[in-house]
Amino acid sequence: MATATTHAQERAAELNVLVRRQRSLWRDAGYRLMRNRAAVLGLAVIVAAALMAVFAPVIAPYDPTLQNGKVGNFEPVWTGSKYTSPDYVLGTDVLGRDMLSRLIYASRISMVVGFTPTLVIFTLGIAVGLSSGYFGGLVDQVLMRITDVVYAFPDFLFLLIIVASFRNSAFGLLLDGLVLIFVALAIVGWVGVARLTRGQILQLKEREFTEAARAIGAKPARIMWRHLLPNALAPLIVSAAFSVPGAIIGEATLSFLGVGIRPPTASWGAMIQQAFPSFSTNPWGVLLPAVSISIVMLAFTFVGDGLRDALDPRMKT
Amino acid sequence: MLQYTIRRILLIIPTLFFVALITFTLAKMAPGSPFDKNPDKPPSQATIDRWNRYYGLDKPVAEQFAMWLGNVARFDFGVSITRQRPVADIIGQGFPTTAQLGLQALFLSLAVALPLGIVSALRQNTIVDYASLFFATIGTTIPSFVIAIFFIYIFGVGLRLLPFVGWGTPQHMIMPTVILSLGSAAFLTRITRASMLEAVRQDYVRTARSKGLREQVVIVGHVLKNALIPVATVVGPAAAALITGSFIIETIFSVPGIGREYIRSIVALDYPVIMATTLLYAFFIVVANLTVDLVYGMLDPRIKVGK
Repeated sequence: MATATTHAQERAAELNVLVRRQRSLWRDAGYRLMRNRAAVLGLAVIVAAALMAVFAPVIAPYDPTLQNGKVGNFEPVWTGSKYTSPDYVLGTDVLGRDMLSRLIYASRISMVVGFTPTLVIFTLGIAVGLSSGYFGGLVDQVLMRITDVVYAFPDFLFLLIIVASFRNSAFGLLLDGLVLIFVALAIVGWVGVARLTRGQILQLKEREFTEAARAIGAKPARIMWRHLLPNALAPLIVSAAFSVPGAIIGEATLSFLGVGIRPPTASWGAMIQQAFPSFSTNPWGVLLPAVSISIVMLAFTFVGDGLRDALDPRMKT
Repeated sequence: MLQYTIRRILLIIPTLFFVALITFTLAKMAPGSPFDKNPDKPPSQATIDRWNRYYGLDKPVAEQFAMWLGNVARFDFGVSITRQRPVADIIGQGFPTTAQLGLQALFLSLAVALPLGIVSALRQNTIVDYASLFFATIGTTIPSFVIAIFFIYIFGVGLRLLPFVGWGTPQHMIMPTVILSLGSAAFLTRITRASMLEAVRQDYVRTARSKGLREQVVIVGHVLKNALIPVATVVGPAAAALITGSFIIETIFSVPGIGREYIRSIVALDYPVIMATTLLYAFFIVVANLTVDLVYGMLDPRIKVGK
């Protein structure tokens, strides 16, 4: 790449014309992303949430599972009701646990649950999709049949059944149920990625550059890795950007239904579930985690939309 | 076309078979038994054995599955373990409510999404367009149970305008229907808008205008006709989203439908109910997708379905 640039510059100097400095596709996309205000704001929120998750033990004023029997269901200080205390800025939950600390610690669950399964889903999905799209044959047949079945299973229904079935096994108890949620999200999610990759590869392998690579004797592994995958990456990145908030919603919904993260660990969905019965008396226990989820969700959507516009201005929906 | 239709209809059977097999396997792998739900007074081993025999749970898993399949072929879905009632009764009782909720939400989301998507595409980059994009972003981004919380807080707890527990009167139906429809309405608005924007830029639209056709004729006859085809294809997935959405909405608003029953049965590991409802849901989704594919072929003569 470097020599190409110098050649272009030398040639430009010879001809006495100006050349635009070459920018790679990715730099171009990054530039477009950074000019998108909503996406930058979203990115800032995500970074802030990630920092909050990492430094939760430092920021949180209390232990999120510490119960204080004297202060159950306190309201945030700004409400000015008599059930407030300056010690608990955002109030307490039913069991007298500090809301602020729980909200901060819950961001850990959301961040981990958003990124970990997405990593697994994309590694697995891309591997299967590449080989199925490139080689066809048995792998492809099996993949398409699996997709048919999984498509008849609404994602959330499948997720719910997997989680409910293994909830009480030793495996389901690992890390307060977090590991089970990872695995369930990965099982449900990888098929869509495999299918997306396959579709891309089917188109790309008919193009001239693939034929050229094959003509000069490139091995299938090299063609897939160096020629096909980089060209298929844009839609995959966009889909990954939406898969992260999808996983966060999945965990929140499962926890809200009572089959997700186990108490006493704080998760936004679980906090809503625990506070829901006393919604009319103290709505804050429900509203604060609900607002937290909404902010994080919007941030991810802004980034996802921004990435889509930046990577391929033609892709629109 | 006919051959393709028949093949697709026949493919429903293996698909549903695998859905049933997966659900059955997962449910059987679950530790714990539906009979140990009362920790204070666990039933005696003799009672459990008797119940296991009664429900056929003492037989090998493969045999249980074969038995279940045989019964389903005769439309016998067994007896709920935690409710001691036939599953068919439970589903029959909840189904009208869930169907009503789902259909209301589907019609509402179409009634909102189509005009909104069309208008915002025709008035691109105006305040109407931004408002509809804002709605579409919120609706597709924020999970329905979170939106439900905000609605309950504003209209139920705050303004005391609408009841938020139960079902029956029209007032009870407003919040669940609106919230259930929100996600698919937002999604359909996005698709309609994008598809309209694509269609208005086509050459045949310019041709139609240059022929001097009136704007209404161009929009309705040329743009809409083509723009709505992609929208029709996503009505199937949207309907599927409504089905899964209904579990959560029914649970939040205590709507006595099969969605709430489904969540209850999953938490209680009530296999007969889980199996029957999963199969029912999968059936609806497969049929919805099939209908959409077939309608797609009819709407768009350029598409040749089948091979």
